[in-house]
Amino acid sequence: MPRLYLQWMIILSSLLFLIGPFFIIIAASLSNGESLAFPPDGLSFRWYGKIFEVESFRQSFGLSMFLAVFGTIVALIFGVPAAYALNRYALPGAETVRTMVAAPVIVPGIIVGLALLRYLVVPVGFSVSLSLFLAHTALVLPYAVRVVSSSLQNLPSDIEEAATLLGCSHVGVFFRIVLPNIRAGILAAFILGFVTSFNQVPVSLFLSGPGVRTLPIDMLAYMEITYDPSVAALSSLLAFLSILIVFIAEKLLGFSKYV
Amino acid sequence: MSETSLALHNLQISYGDTIAVPDLSLSIRKGELLALLGPSGCGKTTTMRAIAGLLKPSAGRIMLDGRDITTMPANRRDIGLVFQAYALFPHLTAFENVAFGLRMQKLPTAEIRQRTMAGLELVSMGRFAGRKPAELSGGQQQRLALARSLVVNPKLLLLDEPLSNLDAKLRLEMRAELQRVQKETGITMIFVTHDQGEALGLADRVVLMREGEIEQIGPPAEIYNQPNSLFAADFMGFENIFKLEDNHLTGPAGRLKLPFKSRAKHLAWRPDGLVLAARKSASAPFAGQVEAVSFAGGHREYILSGALGRVRLNQSVDEPFFAPDKPVYFGLPQDRAVAFDR
Repeated sequence: MPRLYLQWMIILSSLLFLIGPFFIIIAASLSNGESLAFPPDGLSFRWYGKIFEVESFRQSFGLSMFLAVFGTIVALIFGVPAAYALNRYALPGAETVRTMVAAPVIVPGIIVGLALLRYLVVPVGFSVSLSLFLAHTALVLPYAVRVVSSSLQNLPSDIEEAATLLGCSHVGVFFRIVLPNIRAGILAAFILGFVTSFNQVPVSLFLSGPGVRTLPIDMLAYMEITYDPSVAALSSLLAFLSILIVFIAEKLLGFSKYV
Repeated sequence: MSETSLALHNLQISYGDTIAVPDLSLSIRKGELLALLGPSGCGKTTTMRAIAGLLKPSAGRIMLDGRDITTMPANRRDIGLVFQAYALFPHLTAFENVAFGLRMQKLPTAEIRQRTMAGLELVSMGRFAGRKPAELSGGQQQRLALARSLVVNPKLLLLDEPLSNLDAKLRLEMRAELQRVQKETGITMIFVTHDQGEALGLADRVVLMREGEIEQIGPPAEIYNQPNSLFAADFMGFENIFKLEDNHLTGPAGRLKLPFKSRAKHLAWRPDGLVLAARKSASAPFAGQVEAVSFAGGHREYILSGALGRVRLNQSVDEPFFAPDKPVYFGLPQDRAVAFDR
């Protein structure tokens, strides 16, 4: 029995370590004081109201949403066929492609951001917004390919052959048979991609310009000037939003089995 | 002479550098139920996939109803295939699974409905029309897969190990069902199996395959009773196979003079073709010893050791019991022997 106590102690302290900061932020966001502090100074919701008054938050939130939604959609438009090809055809060099697709996950974001800035924005003259969009798409692509791949692995290829023998064309098989059966995987990939893109910091840090800032970067900038609890309030709100999305996804399609 | 449905001319199929089927020629009559039988790796599934168009042969021709279909894409061949794992569309209901092929032909809605229901009724699945495959039992899934393939009236129906995923009782039912459907529709069927019982019980003609080549071809009774090679005899359950050299049988342990004359290179007996007795006689002239005996319902299975080495022998439980280590006599009757030269 004492060993069980020890195990619980370890589990609880790990959980505290993981979730603790989150609770501190929530507590700080409920402060009535003028500066970010823990323990909070009084209790109020006024900083939650303040968020919506900050013009730059509204703009950067819009940009982050745009990048997360459309970047992920574009990543899926490339990622789904790529995953299909990697899974179904004995392509020469498929293993290499698979490794390369995973690269943005492994390579530190700082390097990706710097590389994009140095070789796309500066010499080629790509606008910051376009580079940012390309970067977010590229960052989400590996998740799209991986999640959709695992979904495809659960779909036996003889099902596609059965459709073919019933007179269905290649394209028809993809849209009538494959796509409906990997819908849950694509949705899971979308959610994972969305969250990844929305929370992205290091790459976006390099690819910011006047008026072009994603929400996390904007929050960093805001904090450098104004050290009030509204950033904590915004962080709490975003965290709850993420939890809600993942919770709904889990309930609807058993999200965790794809990730 | 009846019309030919499918003909394979010198078919060769290879995977990269490995040749799975070197040179196969075969012709199937209309309405025939043919079994491709053989152990795994004998090329039977490969051949079936090539007929369906899922594999490209490296040489040779495939003719269906007199037309060359060798290079025709799989979706235009008019050949049905019932997959071993059924390969039903998981996102569609039983009705939509069966209707799929008809929808591909862009038939009028009313006709699709009517033919789909008829197809479901043919395999007694009418009342499950609204169910998804995951909500059906293995046997029901199998029947649904059969209906889905049949409803488009293919020129030829291929079945991959049609009974192997079913339990013993369902297997018998499905066997009868397949025979009934075949009789009702008159469709030409080729099925692939590694189970000799399945092939013999279901087919009009059995093609025994080995390493991509036809070892023996004939009606079930002929394949069962007159295997024409060592491989065929072994596969068909002749467990006592001996080499014959100047009228002496040769086994791993030694030689025995054959009591009758034969010029074949090999002789073989099934375990139930041998005679077992307590005393030496003209029908049981060879001495042996019971090495092991096990009860198998209506008969006992003996393993004897003797001058030839091990001999397997079955005897009815009505006959006396011989305990292990007992000296016994056994006979190799001429009328139960099969002879072959390869």
